[in-house]
Amino acid sequence: MTDIAITLTVNGVVRQVEVPGRRLLSDCLRHDLGLTGTHVGCEHGVCGCCTVLLDGEPVRSCLTFAVTVDGHDITTVEGLAAPDGAMSPVQRAFTECHGLQCGFCTPGFLCTVTALLRDNPSPTGEEVLEGISGNLCRCTGYQNIVKSVHRAAEIMAEES
Amino acid sequence: MKPAPFDYHAPRSLGEALDDLAGAGADGKVLAGGQSLIPMLNMRLAAPAHLVDINRLTELATLEVEPGGVRVGALARHAQVERSERVAAAQPLLRQALRLVAHPVIRNRGTVVGSLVHADPAAELPAVLALLGGSVRLARRGATREVPAAAFFTGPLESATGPGELAVSAFFPLLPARSGTAFREVARRHGDYALAGIAALVRLDDDLRIIAARVACVSAGPVPVLVDVTGACGHRPPASADWDSAARAVQERIEPEADIHASADYRRHLIGVLAGQALREAARAALDG
Repeated sequence: MTDIAITLTVNGVVRQVEVPGRRLLSDCLRHDLGLTGTHVGCEHGVCGCCTVLLDGEPVRSCLTFAVTVDGHDITTVEGLAAPDGAMSPVQRAFTECHGLQCGFCTPGFLCTVTALLRDNPSPTGEEVLEGISGNLCRCTGYQNIVKSVHRAAEIMAEES
Repeated sequence: MKPAPFDYHAPRSLGEALDDLAGAGADGKVLAGGQSLIPMLNMRLAAPAHLVDINRLTELATLEVEPGGVRVGALARHAQVERSERVAAAQPLLRQALRLVAHPVIRNRGTVVGSLVHADPAAELPAVLALLGGSVRLARRGATREVPAAAFFTGPLESATGPGELAVSAFFPLLPARSGTAFREVARRHGDYALAGIAALVRLDDDLRIIAARVACVSAGPVPVLVDVTGACGHRPPASADWDSAARAVQERIEPEADIHASADYRRHLIGVLAGQALREAARAALDG
């Protein structure tokens, strides 16, 4: 049960780390790599706070072992802004529409919505609900979160 | 909550994976998507000594539409199968069911074959395999066997997959012409495990009379419960079939259990309502097809 050397490209930066097989990707990001933007809520795949992008697709980092994704690309909430720090359209929309209250669930929502709008730039109301159905907000701020998703789609359309 | 320690194996080929599994014996567990297994490890409901990670076996990430059916490899993710237009055209029940499996983020990682091996009686895909009369291909070092759905699901969270065996693919047969399918379920929240669910299949003859009607019930017993209601439908055209008596026939065949989410009586009620709806929807699809 020795540690295993893995290489992850996290937010465009190649990171090497040695972890035990049982290290969850969420813990690897937070504890081994110091990227505490990824939040850990339920640790059994229900809440969605730990959602990150794995090769561009949103996945639960608490239901993924770090060793399993050796050699792959990870984007966390820290990697959504532009290199100069300018917020992404999704981040700006959440700010504008008050899409967060306590903010604990926000990193998971931002990663999920980023991928959702990339795949479907003008989702219907139903598609937005389906798209974010795997993320829970315990402040129950869903009205403004849904507004934020639609607003982000608008911003992206305006800027494209 | 964190998993208990285990020996991690990262085979690069099927042969290597089978060697690892043979070495691990009854203490080994296969990791594919992990969307059911890792929660169990996190909660320490499972603590295998050896974990054989098949995520590098890209040779198993296959999705083939064969003349007789759809063969799904062990590493094909739910999302990959759900999005495939070829699969949806060949066997529409797969997409109908996959849209009800958890939510999109889980479907990005979870695998169809993994869900079958996990054999949760509340899950959608075991019911699909049972209804269609599909099979699972199991490999061990030096041998392969194809296990029909009827023999594959042996109990709640128990499948015929033995120690040292790897489920390499699942086969979902195609339907004959003039067949239709539907999947209906009720869950407390969309994406949760269903309190009750029904996969239905209706087949018509050239005169558009029902010649086969059956359902597989979800959350109604220890394994998917198959009920043939062809008799109750009376070999009539769908418009004049007695769907209510077919639904009652399904209710009479199940022995649902009570838990904190629903009483046995409520589950039986739901199964009846869903069976009626799903059979009607499948019959409409058969008429359209």
